[in-house]
Parts: sequence; structure tokens; C-alpha cells
Amino acid sequence: MAPISALPLDPMPLRADFPILATKVHGDRPLIYFDNAATTQRPRQVIQSLVDAYEQHYANVHRGIHWLSEQSTDLYEEARESVRRFIGAEHRHEVVFTTGATAAINLVARTWGDQQMRPGDEILLTEMEHHSNIVPWQQLAERTGCVVRFIPLTDDGRLELSALDQLLTERTRLVAVTAVSNVLGTVNPVREIAARAHAAGALVLVDGAQSVPHAVTRVAEDGADFIAFSGHKMLGPSGVGVLYGREQLLDAMPPFLGGGSMIRRVTLTGFEPADLPAKFEAGTPPIVPALGLSVAIAYLEQIGMERISSYESMLTGYAYELLARVEGLRLFGPPPSGRSGIVSFVLQGIHAHDVAQIVDQDGIAIRAGHHCAMPLHKRLGISASNRASFYFYNTRDEVDRLGAALERVQRVFRRRGDRTGALTG
Amino acid sequence: MSIDGDPELYQERILDHYEDPYHRGACPDATHAHEDDNPLCGDVIHVELRINGQGRVDEAWFSGDGCCISQASASMLMEKLEGMSVQEVKQFSTQDMLQLFGARLTPNRQKCCLLSWRVVQAALHAPIEATDVAGDPGAAADAASAEREASPQEAS
Repeated sequence: MAPISALPLDPMPLRADFPILATKVHGDRPLIYFDNAATTQRPRQVIQSLVDAYEQHYANVHRGIHWLSEQSTDLYEEARESVRRFIGAEHRHEVVFTTGATAAINLVARTWGDQQMRPGDEILLTEMEHHSNIVPWQQLAERTGCVVRFIPLTDDGRLELSALDQLLTERTRLVAVTAVSNVLGTVNPVREIAARAHAAGALVLVDGAQSVPHAVTRVAEDGADFIAFSGHKMLGPSGVGVLYGREQLLDAMPPFLGGGSMIRRVTLTGFEPADLPAKFEAGTPPIVPALGLSVAIAYLEQIGMERISSYESMLTGYAYELLARVEGLRLFGPPPSGRSGIVSFVLQGIHAHDVAQIVDQDGIAIRAGHHCAMPLHKRLGISASNRASFYFYNTRDEVDRLGAALERVQRVFRRRGDRTGALTG
Repeated sequence: MSIDGDPELYQERILDHYEDPYHRGACPDATHAHEDDNPLCGDVIHVELRINGQGRVDEAWFSGDGCCISQASASMLMEKLEGMSVQEVKQFSTQDMLQLFGARLTPNRQKCCLLSWRVVQAALHAPIEATDVAGDPGAAADAASAEREASPQEAS
């Protein structure tokens, strides 16, 4: 008999772990949650761990001599260790807890960036970045006079890597790229980009917000100098995220926020920063969310990230083909073979908000808007799109119901004459 | 529940305005005009008004692009404005606008409905050539403030 980890993932028993997935909306409609790229839901194991932490283990960390503080500190540091293992980092102190991916990227921009960048130095992004991997660099450019440049996209939503050699100059100090587009679902060849960036003398920051929750992450092998991701997009609580950075880089960076925890000693004339990772964790950290994240990681590891990836790949392929058959529906991004579990689209002549509002009446939660990627939408020539994003607890049946709901949207907006005909016919 | 969508929001009256809007186009001899957008969803509304010597709206026209609610509500507002005095238009509140639209709207969709209202309030202070008949320059800021209170920001 094959070991459990070799069997394909069956979402049904896992769904039972997620109380919110049993919700009925608008009366009797089962909730179909397709907004996982914005935030995922949590299994009861994670929810219970938060209660347990507050009821049994809670005190401030790295402060007390007392028993409870030692317990809390041990659990918090064990959480850091579970993140280290999950992303394949070499050292535990290379894992810095932040409030999320946004805070992690801003940390790098405000410390490494402020320290290193000179007028005319270049930072290379891509046209598919989330605002959280654009704006911190634009702010850095305002402060330091560095220049932000962008890797363009092909028409099917991949990076135009033939432009990379020209864009990587001797002034390029950093390439900051998302591993997976939060709109197109495109899986970027991070390893190749990192190798070429390093060859040009640039560092690499990976926005892992959409990749770490869905696939095996090995920071060392990928060549990421930094990686940022959020707990709430991978079954964890909101309010905790991670910055991984190579030890040597983190050591050389100045501290970020000043306050408690991040110092070795303080005098009236100055301070001496603490060692890693405390140096970047000023103030009371997100203690309980970090514990919850470690339980989320344990849950994901128990399923197996390979199984999650292959199940989501199957579901995405199924959704892609089903949506491609909907009349007047335009899909964005590459074919299913090159994408993660995110499918964005527009229905011709119908605004994304109207689409989302009508499918919501069927209990289906999809995103409408620019998904924090306005430059990408400009590149696509649209102001807004709809996005369905999946996790391992979604099913083919749910995708079928999205297809049916989209056909209903078209009936609502069919020209009046036609609509009347449809009603009587 | 109707088979044709939310009976409140996508009702016939609203879809009629969306598909066959009142005064979509350019206003002949317009005296006032303004345009604004909601960058979060891409809705854009352009309004042109002809305000006569007695301070009344002779004609109100709009053009734009966006969701059903933004466009249908603009059409309803154009219809409503004609014949109103500038003072009456200024007193036409966000609540009046939501009431004119009729269907129940969640806070995020209220922004769509209030876009044309916001553009009209600003247009009163945006004469094309002649002097500003609306007077009080603080009113546009008041309108923006009133709208913020009426409708929370969408996350971006």
C-alpha cells in the first residue's frame, strides 16, 4: 500500500477542519471561498492554538525570568525554527518575524536600501508586482535618488526575460521579484533570475506571499537573498509575517525600528543593537500569531507541499478550461502549466464589480478590482478584473458553480430585448 | 430570489438606466464641467451642466465608464438635476443620492453610486468660462468630507 503522502490530496476530509467553510451565506447558499490570494481560511487546529496560547502559555518573550515567560519564549523560538525548516533556511536567526510581507519588504528598503543606495543606483522590479513590492522602492528612490526599473511582460503574462541582460546593469543593486503573480498566477523562474542577477552583482529579494503557501520553498537553492511572506495567506493568523535574509546581509544592515528587544544596551548617549534576529524585532513581537503560524506550517507539512501543489495545479487547469468556454470571458496570464492557483478574467462589457456582486448572491467570494496591482492592470489595458484564487480545500464542484454563476451574470446583463426573450423562452 | 440576479440591486429600473441612460453625451452650451474617477475600481464620470442666469440647471449631461451602479446612478442624477437651483443641488446630500438610486448598497458600492454626486458638486465650482455661480469655494471640500463619512475606503 502506498504511503499516505503519495496519494493524491482529497479536499473533503480536510474541509472538515475549516469551520468557516460550512458557512451559509444569503440564506441557504454554501460559501464558496475563492479569495485565497487575499487571505486564506484557518483550520480549527490553528484557531485552537491561539486559544491555548492565551489560556496556557502567554507572557511576553525574551524578558522574564519567570516560568511563564520562559514557556512563551521557547514556543516563540520554536515557531521561528519551524519557519526556518519550512523555507529551507540555514540558520534560525535568519528568520525575522514581522507583521506581514509588506512590513518585511519595507524593512529591507528602509535598512539595506537606505544604507546602500546611491543616486543613480538601480532597483529592478517587474511589471507584475503587487503594490507592496513597488511602493517601498519608489519611496526609497525618493529618499536616495536611486532609480526603479521594470522587467516588461509578454502578452501572455510572463516576464520578458530576453530584456533582462539589458536591464541588469552595473548600477543594478537589487532585483525584487514576485515568485508568483497575485493576479496572473504566473510562476516566475526565480532561480534563473537570481542566477543572472547574482552574475551581474545584484542581490535578489523574492516576494513569496503567493508562493510560500502553495509550493515547496527552498531559499538557499532558489538563490534568494531575501524572501518576504505573510502568515495569513497560509492558514496562519493575520498580523504575522516573515522576512528571511542571508545572515551576512542581515548582520551588515542597520536596525529598523528602535525600541525594546532590538538593543544590547542603551545609554543616555546612544545604543548598541542586539544580535539577530532581535535586532529587527523591536517592541513586543506578534507572539501568539507566530505560534499560530507554526501550527499552520505543521498542518501544511502534514499534508505535504508537493501534494498541495499538484492538487492546486489540477484544480487550476480544470478552472482554466471551464472558464475559457464561457462566452465573452477573457482570461489573463499564461496557460495552466505555467501558473499557480490564481485565475483572473473579465467578462466582456460587464464591470468586475458587477460580476463579483452577482456571483456573491450565489455565495461565491471572488475578488474584483485591481488586486493591488494597478501598473499590471494598465499593462493589460483594463482598469479592473475578477480573480478566483484557490487553496487545497477548494473543489471541482465549486469551480462548476462559479461557471454557472458567470453564465447567470451574463443573463442579467443581456440586452433588454434578449433578456425578456430569455425569461419567456 | 429571482433567477435574474439580486432583485434589489440589478432591478429593471437600474438596468434600464445603465443600458439606456438619460443624457449621456455632451451638453450643448455647457457652463460648468468636471470629471473625476474612482481609481480603486476604475469608474470615471464626466459631467457637463448648463446653468442659466437665474441659477438653475437647464440641462445636465454625463459621460463615463464603469460599473452598472456608477453609470446608472449618474443617469438618474442627470434626470433629477434639471430644473433644480444651484442652491438645491448643493443641498442635495449623499443620503438624498443613495435614496434616489433606491437599491440597498453595501458601503463599498456606495462609493460607485456617489461618484456622479461628487462630480456634480465639484462641477458647480468649475465654470467653463464665466464666473463661479456657486460662490462658496469651501463647498467642494465639504462635499468630499461628507462623502468620506458616507462611505469607507476600499482596501488597495
